[in-house]
Amino acid sequence: MIPAAFEYVRAHSIDEAIAHLQQHGGDARVLAGGQSLIPAMRFRLARPAVLVDINSVRDLSYLRASDGVLEIGATSRDSDVERAGWIGDRRWSLIHDVSRVVADPVVRQMGTVVGSLCHNDPSGDWTTAALASRAEVVVRGKAGARTVPIDEFLVDSFTTAVGEGEMAVAARFPKPDDRTAGSYQKIERKVGDFATAAAAVQISLNADGTVRAAGIALSAAGPCALRVDEAERLLVGREPRDETIRAAADAASRRSAPQADLRGGVDYKKHLAGVLVARGLRQALARLGARA
Amino acid sequence: MKIHVTINGAAYERDVEPRTLLVHFLRDDCGQTGTHVGCDTSSCGCCVVVVDGDRAVKSCTMFAVQADGREIRTVEGLADGGTLHPLQQAFWDQHGLQCGYCTPGMLLTAYALLKHNPAPTDADIREGLAGNLCRCTGYQNIVKSVQQAAGTLGHPSAATA
Ligand SMILES: Cc1cc2nc3c(=O)[nH]c(=O)nc-3n(C[C@H](O)[C@H](O)[C@H](O)COP(=O)(O)OP(=O)(O)OC[C@H]3O[C@@H](n4cnc5c(N)ncnc54)[C@H](O)[C@@H]3O)c2cc1C
Ligand code: FES
Ligand code: FES
Repeated sequence: MIPAAFEYVRAHSIDEAIAHLQQHGGDARVLAGGQSLIPAMRFRLARPAVLVDINSVRDLSYLRASDGVLEIGATSRDSDVERAGWIGDRRWSLIHDVSRVVADPVVRQMGTVVGSLCHNDPSGDWTTAALASRAEVVVRGKAGARTVPIDEFLVDSFTTAVGEGEMAVAARFPKPDDRTAGSYQKIERKVGDFATAAAAVQISLNADGTVRAAGIALSAAGPCALRVDEAERLLVGREPRDETIRAAADAASRRSAPQADLRGGVDYKKHLAGVLVARGLRQALARLGARA
Repeated sequence: MKIHVTINGAAYERDVEPRTLLVHFLRDDCGQTGTHVGCDTSSCGCCVVVVDGDRAVKSCTMFAVQADGREIRTVEGLADGGTLHPLQQAFWDQHGLQCGYCTPGMLLTAYALLKHNPAPTDADIREGLAGNLCRCTGYQNIVKSVQQAAGTLGHPSAATA
């Protein structure tokens, strides 16, 4: 189908984009990769009156590691992350895994990491990884920039902390130390499908092999990506042995609150949440050379 | 809205509605009907074109106005006069197509893939083409075709051998 008519403006700077967004308020939407917005407009699920295209904004396409943070600019594509030279380092294994399973390889050449966070699909992959990594989003408005922790950024299905007249300019992922690894586990019906269930895991070990920090999150398990705090608490301070992994997996199953749909029923998806958290923990530990 | 787009090296200036999808612009406004439409859900990859040299894009999931000032390559722009592009020749040689409906998208996706990865493994090719659906070939010969083209492009002298 053809989208409803709209007005198109192309911004060349962040200030220009924000001026357009301020002027049009709730009628305007940012156009980033367009890989969620354009399909939604074709189905007339979205009918924005104005699109502010940020793809020509200078200095928004970058992956920058500094001050212990990896910053991903708002027009960096999923494929930029997938192809980055440093991505093979096990510290980045969670976001590397995600960059290879979001959507399909062509969609990834347009779709952006920040756009995915802003879209906040209940079955999104980047949102889930951002929770497990304890990422932040930099939001700019007329008054300047604020940095929003991901738990506050993801408000509800398709709703974020980005207000009217504002835009997200970057996502910030804390740089993991060298005793950190992660894993993204996703069950999909076919390449390019949203998750039936998925789990993001990131784990940091102390020198004595006990867990220093853990990030565990689920996709397709509620109104938006879900942190499993109980599983994180269970892991921290303990040696990541089999019984602890099983307890964390059980906590994930209990916490998961999926909807039944063509991809599967509630019980099946809750079961998958536990299986995927356990698999993710085992793979992250294997990447660290540690045995569960 | 007036836009200037370079398609296969030729300049096109047209007046389009912002809601015009790039694929419809190519087919209906510019008469370049080699780019196909196979679905309504951004899922099939039939419509893939290459934007600015090395980015494969589903032209059903981009507005024509976004292409203003950019370079688009479509299947019509692969051959050099009467000489098929190595990818086209390889699809011919290896029976990489049957009905041909998916082929323009396969060719352009593979074109961008080889720009980034000139010596792909079979697994790289399968992963790279995972967003392109083919209902006929079973993919086997498409992988062989891309592999042959990678060889030809990597060793230009082999093309005549
Ligand atoms: C076939 C297909 C399969 C897919 N499969 C998956 C999948 O498996 N997992 C998954 O997670 N996603 C999937 N997606 C979605 C894809 O990853 C999108 O690219 C992503 O969700 C949105 O990123 P985008 O840059 O394309 O954003 P757009 O589509 O441009 O924007 C999405 C929304 O976010 C807003 N927005 C974007 N950028 C900003 C910004 N900087 N500031 C403020 N608001 C902004 C827009 O206004 C819009 O409301 C799929 C898409 C397709 C077409
Ligand atoms: S027509 Fe199917 S993906 Fe574009
Ligand atoms: S050759 Fe018929 S769909 Fe691929």
